[in-house]
Amino acid sequence: MTGIDSPWVAVPVALLLLAGGLLTLVGSIGLLRLRDFQARMHGASMGGTLGLGCVIVAAVIGASAAAGRFMPHALLITVFVVMTAPATAMLLMRASLYRARAKSAAAPQDVIER
Amino acid sequence: MSSLVDCATWLAAACIGLAMLPATWRVIRGPAAQDRVLGLDSLYMSAMQMLLVFGIRSASGVYFEVALLIALFGFVGSVALAKFLLRGEVIEP
Amino acid sequence: MRHAPVLAAVLVAMWLVLNDTLAPGQVLLGVLCALVLGGWAARMRPLRPVLRRPHLALGLLWAVFVDILRSNIGVGRIVLGLVRRRVIHSGFLDIPIDLHDPHGLAVLATIITSTPGTVWVDHDPGRRVLRLHILDLADEASWIRLIKERYERPLIRIFQS
Repeated sequence: MTGIDSPWVAVPVALLLLAGGLLTLVGSIGLLRLRDFQARMHGASMGGTLGLGCVIVAAVIGASAAAGRFMPHALLITVFVVMTAPATAMLLMRASLYRARAKSAAAPQDVIER
Repeated sequence: MSSLVDCATWLAAACIGLAMLPATWRVIRGPAAQDRVLGLDSLYMSAMQMLLVFGIRSASGVYFEVALLIALFGFVGSVALAKFLLRGEVIEP
Repeated sequence: MRHAPVLAAVLVAMWLVLNDTLAPGQVLLGVLCALVLGGWAARMRPLRPVLRRPHLALGLLWAVFVDILRSNIGVGRIVLGLVRRRVIHSGFLDIPIDLHDPHGLAVLATIITSTPGTVWVDHDPGRRVLRLHILDLADEASWIRLIKERYERPLIRIFQS
């Protein structure tokens, strides 16, 4: 617990944590504010890319300083998320388009706007 | 733990906690099923970040392992739900 | 049994990091698991990536890093309503694409998904068209130029010709 007290560690960790938290929060606000589903996906991906990245780098620096050696554990999460995020995004986008088309085909004379 | 990192972990946890509220709103209110899945996806991402922040606070490795498990199972869950919603092609011939 | 040296090396590294050790027993067990599992996985995948110019990946990685920073700031500004001078239109964009190597396309999908502001929708290998959803569709030509010159050209040089 001595390593993390040094300002060379504490300042970057604190800045990265704040940046990560704020980016996630802004992306999440986008989830609330953006108008259609496809636009909301962009907001959600903010927290998943740079927001998560900042927190992970902060975790790697913090754990390495606390242990006194390089601890790359948290980078494994980056690897998994980078590999899996495109699959989720692609499937969700396709699902939304398919459902929009199926809905417009099924109810062509729907007068009540949902 | 220096007071600077202490402060930053609190603020980051607060931001991430606030970020979970709109995601929860999307899970509860939709409007469409894909919005709920997207909300769930961003909810588990936030949960993962929260656990990593706790891990920095407590300097323990247990949180990291839970975060890794959430990353794996969250992905499987999101893909299963999205695949369930999807039964067609996208670009029409 | 086919061999997958890169996959096996990655699996060994992951094993050792997760166990947080360099003890000889664990190294041996990790190498054994990696060779067996890597061999099985290689048998299940008929296609093997051919890296022609792997050194170009470094430049691409840097470009992607810069673009992730830039696009996060761009999407954040749109979400917070800081772009006041104009109305933001989001929509789909079709891009003609010459990249056809599956691994190159997978990397391109990863890049496009991890930069907020662009989401991969579909790729039509017959017509060679890539469809994206773009949050700020003000300047279509610059988006096409970004995808083709910044990402597609290095990927073609790495994976294809």
